[in-house]
Amino acid sequence: MPKSPSDRAAGDPYGRVYDLAVIGAGCAGLAGAVTASERGLSVALLDTAGRIGGQFYRHPDPAFGAVRPEALHHDWSAFAGLRRRLEAGDVAHLAGHHVWTVERQDGADTPWTVHAITGADGDGEHPVRVQARTVLLATGAYERQLPFPGWTLPGVVGAAGAQAMLKAGLVLPGRRVVVAGSGPLLLAVAASLATAGARVPAVVEAAGYLGYARRPAVLAADPQKLAEAVVHGAALLGHGVRLRTRSAVTQVHGTDRVEAVTVSRVDRDWRPVRGTGRRIACDALAVGHGLVPQIELATSLGCATRRTKDGTHALALDAFQRTSVPGLWAAGETGGIGGAQLARVEGEIAGIAVAAQVRDGAAPARDGRVRELRRRRERMRAFAGAMAAVHAPGKGWAEWLDDATEVCRCEEVTVGAVREAVDAYGARDARTVKLLTRAGMGWCQGRTCGAAVACLAAGEGPLFLPPSPERRPLAGPVPLGVLGSLDPSEPSAAPAAPAGPAEQPDTDRPDGNSGPRD
Amino acid sequence: MARDRTPAELVGAAPEQAPFEITFDGRPITTLPGRSVAAALWSAGVLAWRTTRRGGRPRGAFCGIGHCYDCLATINGRPNRRACLVPARPGDTITTQEGHGHAEIAV
Repeated sequence: MPKSPSDRAAGDPYGRVYDLAVIGAGCAGLAGAVTASERGLSVALLDTAGRIGGQFYRHPDPAFGAVRPEALHHDWSAFAGLRRRLEAGDVAHLAGHHVWTVERQDGADTPWTVHAITGADGDGEHPVRVQARTVLLATGAYERQLPFPGWTLPGVVGAAGAQAMLKAGLVLPGRRVVVAGSGPLLLAVAASLATAGARVPAVVEAAGYLGYARRPAVLAADPQKLAEAVVHGAALLGHGVRLRTRSAVTQVHGTDRVEAVTVSRVDRDWRPVRGTGRRIACDALAVGHGLVPQIELATSLGCATRRTKDGTHALALDAFQRTSVPGLWAAGETGGIGGAQLARVEGEIAGIAVAAQVRDGAAPARDGRVRELRRRRERMRAFAGAMAAVHAPGKGWAEWLDDATEVCRCEEVTVGAVREAVDAYGARDARTVKLLTRAGMGWCQGRTCGAAVACLAAGEGPLFLPPSPERRPLAGPVPLGVLGSLDPSEPSAAPAAPAGPAEQPDTDRPDGNSGPRD
Repeated sequence: MARDRTPAELVGAAPEQAPFEITFDGRPITTLPGRSVAAALWSAGVLAWRTTRRGGRPRGAFCGIGHCYDCLATINGRPNRRACLVPARPGDTITTQEGHGHAEIAV
């Protein structure tokens, strides 16, 4: 399966013990992998995709023969640099590896075992495991979705999803695409779509951008982010795209696919203002409400988390990117949403720190490079915090729902059913709602509806509380045949019995509520 | 303003391999090499290739990165494949997945 540099890791990539296993080949993982490798460590780099780059540097398959892949990217040269270093070194790049759990054995010489299934969609032929002395989690983020009437119609796609499909597949969901939700990603998505030939009649942002103006010191501290915003803003103006702040899509129209959306003004708490709805014709809607750190692998190991200013949970990390679990590092979005540049900086810090740990059993010496990286990280983290505060979902969003709106797309659970669980049966958290309604129990395991269900369950209580610690043993669907074929005494890969495709996983287990909280 | 520009033109795509055909519910679709099944379908204006298990409602790609499982399709007779992740290959037969896609097993 792995094609690119991995094949040069001659022989069986699973039959050896690595100094470091990096999970995720986006900005953070790449930076961590090449840094550690250049410092003499043996490194395996696992990623679900066939090509490195993660979501930010997702790019077309070489089969397209694209001569200007950078046309859809910012800062492509930074990625090209990482790719060159990866190709020049001897990191074992294991593409098409879907990691479903990471095991730690206390006191063992090789404490870490990373379990993965292979294949483009993990439908692959056999389970594998990679053994390592240390692990760096760089699993990035996924998009937060808040439901609204009509959001399950074909043509409504995630904003990040539209971006991903465009960057990798060179396709658009429609010709006239409204971009909506909240967060800085919307501007980038709208700019990409417009540059690639779509008409974008409006960017609909629920927050007010004035929030940034109230934090001038933070803005001034990260001029590159400002420059990015200016670039996106200019691109949007050039394409005649209108930014509507303090507004939200409150209804999608169409029978079998999107024909139009209604955009309403919202107040400071994102409560729709009656009588302000305006219909905008479009054939697609790209929507998202910020990003959520993808930390299931870490929380199932018991890693401590912290609450971010927009109500998500990120890993609690120390100055050297260490998690609370010895031997486990994390970098990039897993430690809180902060963007590609921050991810590269943190990946490098982690690479340096892991190398020092493996070679000297100590924290790295505080040389000039580490000092510089940490200074940049602090600056960008401060900016990220301000951004999260500006775009934190307001409590009033739930008022744009009607009882027939589906919250859980997998199990087709409506707002009405969730409200019944809350009002009539006393559910107060996402887990209880799930047990009563199946919301969050389907294929995606609540990744898509989790934020919304938690919010509806909390009712008048504090927003996005409680964050069930999500202590799930499996981070993705695994065919039963794969589980059945695992032989604990046999460290290398064993072919799975021919199994059906990954069925609806029912990996629901008691959360234990003992996970570390902030 | 380059209103008619396509994404492929934007990045200067020049595939060595010729465009090829797949079928969707029997209808031929021509696509460029390098696309996922979902991208190939989008390029032909197809946005839905699954019906839900309860309501029978149409669905297609949503998250685009393999997380949401809304894009499940039956590919070459095998149901529950994530179309946004599986590369399209010449001659692929894509069919709308009805419900869980295992109707023939009749549980």
